[in-house]
Amino acid sequence: MFEQMEFSTLQHYWFIIIALLGALLVFLLFVQGGQTLIKQLGKTDQETTMLVNTFGRKWEFTFTTLVTFGGAFFASFPLFYSTSFGGAYWVWFIILVAFVVQAVSYEYRSKSQNLLGKKGFDALLFFNGLIAPVFLGTAVATFFTGSPFHVSGMNMSYWDNSLHGLELALDVTRVETFINLSLGLAVFFLSRVLGVLYVFNTIDHDEIIKRARKSLLINSIPFLVFFLFFLISILLIDGFAINPQTQEIFMEPYKYLHNLLEMPLVTALFLLGVVLVLWGIIRAYFNTDKCATKAIWFSGLGTVLVVLNLFFIAGFNNTAFYPSFTDLQSSLTIYNASSSKYTLVAMSYVSLMVPFVLAYIWYAWKSINNKRIDQEEMDNESHVY
Amino acid sequence: MENIDLQLIDWSRAQFALTAIYHWLFVPLTLGITFLIAIMETIYVKTGNPEWKKITKFWMTVFGINFAIGVATGLILEFEFGTNWSNYSWFVGDIFGAPLAVEGIMAFFMESTFIAVMFFGWNKVSKKFHLISTWLVAIGSNLSALWILVANGWMQNPVGMRFNPDTARNEMINFWDVLFSPTAINKFLHTIYSSYILAAAFVIGISAYYLIKKRESVFARKSILVASIFGLVFSIMTVATGDESAREIAKTQPMKFAAMEGLYFGTANAPLVAAGMLKDCNDPEKPHIKDFAWNIEIPGVLSYMAFLDRNAFVPGIYDLVHGNEQQGIVSYFDKIERGKIARQTLEDYKLAKENGNVELAASLRAKFEDQDFIDNYFNYFGFSYFDDPHDIIPNVPLSFYTFHIMVAVGFFLIALFVVALFFAIKNTLHRYKWFLIIALISMPLAYIGSQSGWMIAEFGRQPWVIQNLMPTHTAVSNIQSGMVITTFWIFALVFTVLLIAEIKIMVNQVKKGPKIEEE
Ligand code: HDD
Ligand code: HEM
Ligand code: HEM
Repeated sequence: MFEQMEFSTLQHYWFIIIALLGALLVFLLFVQGGQTLIKQLGKTDQETTMLVNTFGRKWEFTFTTLVTFGGAFFASFPLFYSTSFGGAYWVWFIILVAFVVQAVSYEYRSKSQNLLGKKGFDALLFFNGLIAPVFLGTAVATFFTGSPFHVSGMNMSYWDNSLHGLELALDVTRVETFINLSLGLAVFFLSRVLGVLYVFNTIDHDEIIKRARKSLLINSIPFLVFFLFFLISILLIDGFAINPQTQEIFMEPYKYLHNLLEMPLVTALFLLGVVLVLWGIIRAYFNTDKCATKAIWFSGLGTVLVVLNLFFIAGFNNTAFYPSFTDLQSSLTIYNASSSKYTLVAMSYVSLMVPFVLAYIWYAWKSINNKRIDQEEMDNESHVY
Repeated sequence: MENIDLQLIDWSRAQFALTAIYHWLFVPLTLGITFLIAIMETIYVKTGNPEWKKITKFWMTVFGINFAIGVATGLILEFEFGTNWSNYSWFVGDIFGAPLAVEGIMAFFMESTFIAVMFFGWNKVSKKFHLISTWLVAIGSNLSALWILVANGWMQNPVGMRFNPDTARNEMINFWDVLFSPTAINKFLHTIYSSYILAAAFVIGISAYYLIKKRESVFARKSILVASIFGLVFSIMTVATGDESAREIAKTQPMKFAAMEGLYFGTANAPLVAAGMLKDCNDPEKPHIKDFAWNIEIPGVLSYMAFLDRNAFVPGIYDLVHGNEQQGIVSYFDKIERGKIARQTLEDYKLAKENGNVELAASLRAKFEDQDFIDNYFNYFGFSYFDDPHDIIPNVPLSFYTFHIMVAVGFFLIALFVVALFFAIKNTLHRYKWFLIIALISMPLAYIGSQSGWMIAEFGRQPWVIQNLMPTHTAVSNIQSGMVITTFWIFALVFTVLLIAEIKIMVNQVKKGPKIEEE
């Protein structure tokens, strides 16, 4: 069945899968956001333990989604993998370190003789919660603003800046830097908002919920400010367009705005996503307990839709999804960066398993989350972080 | 070799080796102990005996401590293909990326989803669903081994692809050839079986500690019973699949095979070196050749092992470098020439295309589809990056020793399991302190054997990342060596701190011992 598809259909299909993984990853960053809120929401030792366990039972999903996002990008768009990872070396290095320390912190924090102590591991969790969303968000922004690299005739990539990626967040002489950072910060505050909403959903503890409600407002406002700044900026800047006849790349004014106008379905889903995110926040803030517990699903689905469609705006409708501003023609598109048709076909069959995977994740998730976490459970549970 | 930054290559290799070795400190235990836990839980569910629940839960805790750090190092490995081996990632991404993606979709999610049920589901889901989850964790972790080993098997013996001169990369033409390559299958089986015996040795070692301390004797005996049966079965399988791997190598990577055996001059009826020590030859005429200071040989066995024929000719390192007309072995000198022709053809093609010379381009392009050109020229493409054939020899002593250490550990462990099983059945383990001490020591030995296995696999294929197609030094990213040196030390520091924490927690947990379930 996939064999009959056009090569370009398959390239679009795989970009959709990548976008979906990216979108799920941003949603699942609620674990990271939660990690940065533990000190604020939990005052006593018991409260902290409850919060840590709430997020700790989900960290694997975020982590595994990141791993799969990387693997799927490697397989479907290997030129992106080699260009970005080998080029923006420092950015990816810092992201990796942030995830390495997360993986062990939950398991080790409350064990005796753990070398760094509970405080030490909690600090690492905070570090992960801060760095991962900021850096991932900033990195995704470069899908719109571009990076400095060129690709040789033999498809070997070279980064054109000795800071290897850090310049994209540090070079204050470029406006684009601020656009990049604004998405990083927007994702950071979003992850905290989602973390709070997840607390409403899973924890049964009045004090924590009260503090969480306050924290919701504090984090929603900066999220909205940074997100709007990012959104308006990219709609106004020149975008990296592809000439469909010659595959040449050129700068087109208002390219991303044009993409929205030319892809009504994307626009509709994008706006729906924005509305859902806001609706979740508003519901949780103004309503009683009952509505608040469900809010994560609205804002979560909204987040997935927004990020998914941001990827589409960056890569569809003849747009270069990983543009180079130092050598325009080296920009990566879903056409020139992809794997061969055969490989995309083979992997497309594998992708048919995704609904099945989602189904068992949902089932297992439900069977673990069927009751909200309370003090009693913490006392009786044999595996406590 | 062209203007290459040797420091960059060495540090990139060091960083990859560091991460891989750390990853492999944790992964084999996961692969094996998850099955042991699943078996123990099955016994618990079948018998309802709470003692088995206690056993299951204890080994689960041990597994949790080990698992976290394995995951952390795995993430680094995956992304290092991009960050440090970016030219490699393009050249082979079309084939190599696919197993990695499949692994994420099929295996990692399975593992991480059901681990949550396994750890937190005791009081939340039915006994049966919990048991199924435990089995799925074991299956999921072994599935992740499958895909990554398919990828590695492909690097040792590239099959199922064709070079595309337009994109300058290898493209997959047959997924099943990649998946069912005998190299990949052997590698997978040998690796998981050897990991099962490592886990069995681990369980036996810790249980022996309790018996030495005269604690938890019921727990320890039951654990040893399960582990020694499991270990015995799979230690025999390990030897069988290891033997099969060696035969595969004799065919596809003869240089690695020769290095493993320290065989410089090929012969028919070649003897197997059971043990030995290599020394420099001190012959100025032959600077590349080493000799045995002493060795124990078993006549004819190597020929038989490699080709199932005592009289078969086994080529030595010298034969491979200088060729052997009688045996139809093409010399490395020749292969370098042919590789250079292949590379020149590629460059001519690129030039013709650039200059718009359509006819010439088409005729050059056609060569890359021509089986004769592929077999006799393109298959040596990687050789074009070398001038001196002696640069294409792996580190022989390292290959020789690591291989022999692994094999020795393999036979030792068989003996260990036999004796442990015997004493466990007779319920006399506590009487033989000498054996308990040996059991304790066999824990680190199993790790040494397992690491040695990877050393021979990876050092033995040097200087290739992709056998015959891509030398390691062309695979690196275009970055500065200073960057890699910095990240190497940061990783070394982070991993070491985590390892120390892990060991301290583990030791503490073992000292505490299994908890009594209040049921
Ligand atoms: C406790 C671990 C352990 C033990 C006892 C053995 N092995 Fe092993 N061996 C491994 C663990 C291992 C490994 C770590 O799993 C490797 C590394 C790569 C691979 O495929 O498996 C390996 C690789 C490996 C290779 C190289 C494969 C390659 O380069 O692709 C050969 C030829 C053998 N083994 C042969 C043997 C034989 C004949 C054994 C007989 C006793 C043996 N091994 C015991
Ligand atoms: C260069 C090679 C390798 C790469 C890139 C790699 C990648 C990874 C990644 C990304 C993870 C984390 C998965 C998660 O999020 O749960 C992981 C864990 C794991 N890997 Fe590897 N891996 C490599 C080698 C191996 C090998 C050779 C095996 C087995 C034969 C293996 C088996 C496992 C297992 C069982 C886990 C689960 C975690 C654990 O218990 O340690 N990996 N690996
Ligand atoms: C987890 C078990 C593994 C261990 C302990 C291990 C060990 C090593 C070591 C020691 C090296 C350094 C060799 C040298 O530079 O001379 C190396 C290199 C390498 N290995 Fe592995 N390896 C493992 C699994 C894998 C797997 C599964 C893959 C691929 C799928 C892989 C791919 C590579 C690559 C690309 C290099 C770098 C290039 C090179 O130096 O050859 N390794 N590994």
